[in-house]
Amino acid sequence: MTDSAATEDDDSWFREGAMAAWPICFGYIPIGLALGVLGNQAGLPVWAVTMMSIMVFAGSAQFICVAMLTAGASLWAILFTTFVVNLRHFLMSSAVAVYLSGLQRLLLSFFAYGITDESFAVNMARFRTGNWDFKRALTVNQLSNMAWILSTTCGALLGQFIPRGAFGTDYALTAMFLALLLFQLHNITFFLTGFAALLIATLWYLFIPGDSYILGASVSAATIGYFFKRYQDRHK
Amino acid sequence: MNFSDYIILFGGMGLVTYLPRWLPLFYLAQRKLPQWLIDWLSMIPVAILCSLLAPILFTDQSTRTLDLGKPEFLVAIPTLFFALKTKSLGATVLVGMGLYWLSGYLLQ
Repeated sequence: MTDSAATEDDDSWFREGAMAAWPICFGYIPIGLALGVLGNQAGLPVWAVTMMSIMVFAGSAQFICVAMLTAGASLWAILFTTFVVNLRHFLMSSAVAVYLSGLQRLLLSFFAYGITDESFAVNMARFRTGNWDFKRALTVNQLSNMAWILSTTCGALLGQFIPRGAFGTDYALTAMFLALLLFQLHNITFFLTGFAALLIATLWYLFIPGDSYILGASVSAATIGYFFKRYQDRHK
Repeated sequence: MNFSDYIILFGGMGLVTYLPRWLPLFYLAQRKLPQWLIDWLSMIPVAILCSLLAPILFTDQSTRTLDLGKPEFLVAIPTLFFALKTKSLGATVLVGMGLYWLSGYLLQ
C-alpha cells in the first residue's frame, strides 16, 4: 500500500468497495436471471437454484451443471467438469496472494470464496494502483456474491417472464472486461502479453474442445510476457 | 432429485470450486515469493482478461468457428476508445451496453 487512504480507519472502505463493485453487480443481473430461468426450466426448485449460487458461486460452472442435469449426466461427470472449468481460479488466487500477504489465514479462507473472473479483474486493477486493501476487496467480492444470489433466485422465481438481453445488458461484463484490460496496459510488455493471449486463446478455442483455452492461453501468454520482460531488462 | 441429492451435488461442486480458489491464497500469502514468480503473476490479469475476451470477440460461439465481423467486436472498438478517453469503468459499461443495444438495430 502506497498511501494513507487504504490504511485510514474510517467508513470509506464500504463506499469505495461498493463503487468498484457496481459494474459487476449490474453485469450479473442478466446472467443470473438467465441462469435462474434455465434452472427453473430444468426442473430445479427455487431453493435449489439459490443454494447452488451460495455453495458454488461460479457462473459458467452453474450453467454447465444445469445443462448436464438436463442431459442426465452423472454426479461425477458434473463434479469433474466443474473442477476443470474452475481451475483457472488457481491462477487468480495466486496472483491476488501477492497483495494479501501476511493476512490471517481465516480471513484469506473467507476471501477465497469470492474470487471470480469479475471480482478478480476489478480488485487487481485497484491493487495495482495502490489505495486498495483487504476490506475493500472483500466488499467487492461479497457484494458481487449477493447480486449473483439475488439475480439467480429472481430468475428462478420469475421464470420466463423476463425478456433476454434487453438494453444490451448481455454486453455489460464484456464492456467491463474491455475497460479493465485497457486500464492495465501500462507498457509494451503487457501489450505483447495481451496480444499473445488473444491469439492463443482464439486458436485454442477453435481447435480444442472444452474450456481449457482460458488456462492454456493465460499461462502461455504470461510466460511469453515474462520472458519478453526479462529480455528487455537485460538489454536496457 | 431430493434435498440430499442436491446437497451432495452442490456441496461437491462447491468444494471442487473452492479448492483452487483457496489453496494458492492460503499458502502463498504467508510466504515471501521469489521475484520471478511475482513478475510472472503480474502478467496473469492481462492474460486472463484477453483469454476470456478472445472467443467472445472473434468467434461464433454457437458453431465455434472464426468470425471477425461480430457486433461484439465492432462495438468493442468505440467502447475501448471511450474507456481510454474517460478512464471510467462504470461509464464504459453503460456506453458499451448502449452501443451493443444499438448495434442490434443497426447491424441487421
